[in-house]
Amino acid sequence: MTARTVSTETPQNKGTIMTPLRLIGVGAYLLGVFVLVPAFIALTGRWDFYYTLTSVALLSVGAAGVWLTFYIGRINIGQGAYALVGGYVSAILVMKAGVSFWATLPLAGIACAAVSVVIGLPILRLRGVYFAMVTLVLTEVARLTALALPVTNGAKGITSIPLPGELSILGLTIVPDFASLANPKLAFYLLAAVLMVLTYFVLWRIVNSRLGHLCRSLQQNEELAASIGVNTAMLRVLAYSISSFFGGIAGAMFVAISQSIYPSSFVVTDSVNFMLYCFLGGLGYVFGPMLGTFLLYFGWDLLSVAKQYQLLIYSGAMIALMLVLPNGVLSLLDRKETRK
Amino acid sequence: MEQILANGLYLGAQYALIALGLTLIFSLMNVLNFAHGQMYVFGGFVTYTVVAQFGLPFIVGLLASAAVLAVLGGLIEKFLFRPVIRRSKREESTMLLAAGIAFFLDAVILLLFGEKQRGVPKIVNGVLNWDMRIIMPYDRILIGVLAITLIVGFILFMQYSRAGRAMRALAQDRMAAQLMGVDVDRYSMIGFALGAMLAGLVGGLLVTITGINLGMGGPTSVKAFLMIMIGGAGVISGAIAGGFILGMMESVGLTLLAAYGDITYLVIFATLMVFLAIRPQGLMGKPWG
Repeated sequence: MTARTVSTETPQNKGTIMTPLRLIGVGAYLLGVFVLVPAFIALTGRWDFYYTLTSVALLSVGAAGVWLTFYIGRINIGQGAYALVGGYVSAILVMKAGVSFWATLPLAGIACAAVSVVIGLPILRLRGVYFAMVTLVLTEVARLTALALPVTNGAKGITSIPLPGELSILGLTIVPDFASLANPKLAFYLLAAVLMVLTYFVLWRIVNSRLGHLCRSLQQNEELAASIGVNTAMLRVLAYSISSFFGGIAGAMFVAISQSIYPSSFVVTDSVNFMLYCFLGGLGYVFGPMLGTFLLYFGWDLLSVAKQYQLLIYSGAMIALMLVLPNGVLSLLDRKETRK
Repeated sequence: MEQILANGLYLGAQYALIALGLTLIFSLMNVLNFAHGQMYVFGGFVTYTVVAQFGLPFIVGLLASAAVLAVLGGLIEKFLFRPVIRRSKREESTMLLAAGIAFFLDAVILLLFGEKQRGVPKIVNGVLNWDMRIIMPYDRILIGVLAITLIVGFILFMQYSRAGRAMRALAQDRMAAQLMGVDVDRYSMIGFALGAMLAGLVGGLLVTITGINLGMGGPTSVKAFLMIMIGGAGVISGAIAGGFILGMMESVGLTLLAAYGDITYLVIFATLMVFLAIRPQGLMGKPWG
């Protein structure tokens, strides 16, 4: 932190200014996601990348939520629980109530946010490892609840969920029926990418708003923040519910793609992974979780050529990265900026 | 009823031993060791290799897994945790490292020992049958007694030996301990080695009864976290209490709730949430430890 306060332009207040360089960066990123990636896949014929990249986009939506809880100084290892809840809410609404998928997407997020308020009120009083361990256990609770409840159909799960239907406003078709598409893989990729871009835009806005400043005060010293009149309890729950909202949406989208959900769809490992994506990208950077997700998930996929050594190389690389860049990959940028 | 209590005590002794290692590492270095379950599995496989493959007596296998894990723990502390803790801005970064090590150990176990379930032959035959009230195989009793002996040994070591005193000082206040002339680096390493060794010992003990397989690491870590939360992180008495409480709850729950299906752990988790809402630092933990 000391290095940052020396330079007059901290990464935080710089975020609010839309410099031309920044606009070009955002433009290049959007171009890459929506044009270059599909073009590259069409050229090389690696259609399997669509599934991987769709997963990356959705996982980074979930990771964005985890990052927000890091931002208020809490280690969240329970995002898998909300992804599971969101997935089940969407699946049950589609299958049992016949609601359109497009309506269930925000509903899944809202349901998760509501659940997280109830759970968050007591557990957000915990800090440090205590909070981390409780959230870890939460994933296990979600899995066991899904196994025990009758509405979730136990271990058999909910299967053959229909693909998302047509989305139209006033007779104008915005998204066509997925079942009628020649290439649903591409459609899912674009949908997930749009979701990812929206999520990170929202996250970026939150961080650079009044709410973001208040969150930072929590991260640095909660007592001090409370003493100067910040409503810490409300803020914690608010940040946590936004985080869970993202988790729920990611889970609901995953269900739509795989057309099925089981209690083991999101387990403790997934929750831990969400946290790792944030760490790897860098906790001090809004786009850290996106980069972290991409590197870890895509890297894991590419390493599948190494067969039985896949996990060994993957974890070895992770440990090595941690030794070289303990503050995340994006801390490389930080160094350049302080030099300037 | 006696049967339930006996089962609970036996389970609790194992659990307490696992939780002790985790809490020791946490109290010394403020590191949540995600790899603890994997260390336990590794210890089990070492014992299996020595006993079942090389045909040596069980006690040699147990000592071997203790030695291997202690060396492993020491190396991990010295070459991985120490540099990362020194250079990282936020101390949570060690969690990524710990999770990385957990994956790494999983990979190593997979390559060295394969994914099959392994076990060693019974070390003692026969079953204790006390008037049909307590029925328990002798090997379980032996393992339970061994585990309790190890716990008592560990407490005595921490209480009366020079290294134990140094580590307790370190856990209380790192800075003050350093000022009083405690070699912080050395005792952090010894502490980590000791914690890993305890995990290895439990693995070695349990391989004789439940056997061991690759998938047991993660769930064991989760259970160890549960015990620490019940008892309070970083406190030795808390780890022991947490271990025995979880063992008892599991034993009682499996008997009483059997009629309602597999919901024992759901009930335990729900109870824990309520408990933590009232007492966030656990039974014996320091507030905001």
